Amino acid sequence: MTELTRRTLVHGGTALAAATALTGPALMDWAKAWAQTAPWKPEKDAQLSMLRWKYFVQSEDDAFVKLMDAFTQATGVKVTIARESYEDVQPKASVAANTGAGPDLFWGLYSLPHLFPQKCVDMTDVADYLGKKYGGWVDSAVKYGKSGDKWIAVPICYSGNLMNYRVSHMQKAGFSKFPTTTDEFLEYAKATKKNGNPGGFALGHASGDGNGWIYWCLWAHGGQHVDKNDKVVINSPETEKALNYAKALYENMVPGVASWNDAFNNKAFLANEISWTNNGISIYVAANNDPTKKDIAADMNHAYMPVGPVGKPTELHLMYPILAMTHTKYPQASKALIAFMLEAQQFNPWIEAAKGYLTHCLNAYDANPVWTADPKRTVYRDVAKRSLTAGGEGSVGEKAAAAIADFVLLDMFASFCTGREDAKSAMRIAERQLSRIYRAS
Amino acid sequence: MTDVALGTTPAPLPAPPPDGPLWPRLKVNRNWLGFWFMLPAAAFLILFLAYPLGLGVWLSFTDTRIGRSGAFIGLENYEWLWDDTVFWLSVFNTLLYTIVASAVKFAIGLYLALLLNENLPFKAMLRAIVLIPFIVPTVLSAIAFWWLFDSQFSIISWSLRQLGLISGNINFLGDVWNARWSVIFANIWRGVPFVAITLLAGLQTVSPSLYEAAIIDGASRWQIFRRITYPMLTPIIAVVMTFSVLFTFTDFQLIWVLTRGGPVNATQLMATLSYQRAILGGQLGEGAAIATAMIPFLLAAILISWFGLQRRKWQQGENNE
Repeated sequence: MTELTRRTLVHGGTALAAATALTGPALMDWAKAWAQTAPWKPEKDAQLSMLRWKYFVQSEDDAFVKLMDAFTQATGVKVTIARESYEDVQPKASVAANTGAGPDLFWGLYSLPHLFPQKCVDMTDVADYLGKKYGGWVDSAVKYGKSGDKWIAVPICYSGNLMNYRVSHMQKAGFSKFPTTTDEFLEYAKATKKNGNPGGFALGHASGDGNGWIYWCLWAHGGQHVDKNDKVVINSPETEKALNYAKALYENMVPGVASWNDAFNNKAFLANEISWTNNGISIYVAANNDPTKKDIAADMNHAYMPVGPVGKPTELHLMYPILAMTHTKYPQASKALIAFMLEAQQFNPWIEAAKGYLTHCLNAYDANPVWTADPKRTVYRDVAKRSLTAGGEGSVGEKAAAAIADFVLLDMFASFCTGREDAKSAMRIAERQLSRIYRAS
Repeated sequence: MTDVALGTTPAPLPAPPPDGPLWPRLKVNRNWLGFWFMLPAAAFLILFLAYPLGLGVWLSFTDTRIGRSGAFIGLENYEWLWDDTVFWLSVFNTLLYTIVASAVKFAIGLYLALLLNENLPFKAMLRAIVLIPFIVPTVLSAIAFWWLFDSQFSIISWSLRQLGLISGNINFLGDVWNARWSVIFANIWRGVPFVAITLLAGLQTVSPSLYEAAIIDGASRWQIFRRITYPMLTPIIAVVMTFSVLFTFTDFQLIWVLTRGGPVNATQLMATLSYQRAILGGQLGEGAAIATAMIPFLLAAILISWFGLQRRKWQQGENNE
């Protein structure tokens, strides 16, 4: 990992300032000059295909396409982009890894590259180059990007999973600011429910929002699914506390959350059915884009997830790493494209267009005006720094990826909250599944 | 062709000289030629059916994960599943889903087929309308049901609330049993046309002279159904129900779009669990074991409907035993 020093930050800040001055033809000149001097020279007649997660914010994708076009014009490498729902990127990448055929680049979710680390092109040189140039990588990004000493993917960005709440409902419930501790938050949930403005967290198989809040809840109460040595420790008094807390929250949520997938809380919030939930900034963006929902946009805000008894942030945010498959015929072109994406001249306009939906993993980009132009976005600036990884205290490898993909913890919370299992048996079932996933292989 | 049309025995091929060279003998050997004519079909079946099936079974005896080959671990995957409550829950869900949905699809399908076989006005149009649920792509109909069953926006809940019959929304997909009945209902809606139209085709092959004879003999409608229609339909019932059971047992799309197996695995079928563990979770060996565990159930379903419904030998021109 690159050390974060004043020098690197100043260096990154200078690059950032230079980037903001470039527009139109000047930007294209920069792109061409970049292609001449970049350490990676695309192979002759190289063409790349990329499968990426399907955007949630249209302007983000528009800027992304523009970025890809700039790369094509600068290097002559044509890039074909396919988009899939983010949950479907993983199965397709898995099949490609197994068969050795398919897109060259996969841009997916969480620890996707760790499902098949030996099938990923070594990206150490790209990560080092970017880290040195842009103020270093945040800690969690290093964990997601590296397998052993090698970078197997480049962490492009996070999508924050923070509290979305209605300001007027908060005031009506007697709170002047959004709760910062889990105890306060439970009181808040009770008060909003009492006022007829309940909130809700997804308890169905929701990869993003569901896992986002139950991992936060587990860690906030000191629970972990594995320890530092990947030993399964889910069956613990701390986990039981987390389960009891989740159940108390569940009892004060809107009915039906056990069936919620990722899209449910967005539409419920935008339909005035719930007053708080955990989500990216997409609800706010959608409300701003829809003339009939402007009142919701004006009346909502975002906050960090409340801090639990452990006394420090325990958030899990969506990580979007990009990887190149070893079956690609064009590894140099792949590396050049990834480096190009994260250069300030390209990355800055792109995250601005994402309107807070994407958060950088390189420290220098804290200075991007997207985070301060609208104060309601500012909390999302910090998600990369606050995020823990899907492995918790343990490794972030394929085992953590399997546990999160198989919804082991989400099912444990859901089965307890809905009364299907008591705490002991819910933990025992999860423990058994985790022991299998984490068995020595 | 003439021979075939007249139903006579084809003329024998010219007999090869018994001790001549091999090639002229092979050229006229029926077994040798038959082998070569069958080869393309056999190769197709082996390549696209037997090989994937065999590979799936083999994977279930290994600890293969996505991206790397595994080692042979014998029955370990099955031993693990034997004590896995989620697996047994998925077996229960799959059996419940298949039995209830198939039985209801058969009852409604047969009823519709009998109705459509009558001389109704706009008969052709009615038959076309009945087929609509089957024509709509499964994912689209699943998305429509997703909205119908939504815990906040369901039009069913809304209508009942407007009528003053309920005070809050029905938790269709968030409650364990509600979710099960909801996905079964969606499957029935989608599957009835297949049963109805196929049985209707079967009904139309029954000779009207049988019905005329029965009416002359004074048979009631029930006796006509019980003694003529039903026995004449049994071969087609065997086929249609075999397919219906197979399709229902291996259903995936509907569940995946509606619930992803939730809430709390209450609608997790063996097919969805296999996908979740193998492809999403990366545990190919374990996922293959779940998929392989479906085979005995499928074989049992085929054997029951085949031997149970096809035992009447007189249908093939022999006496009943």
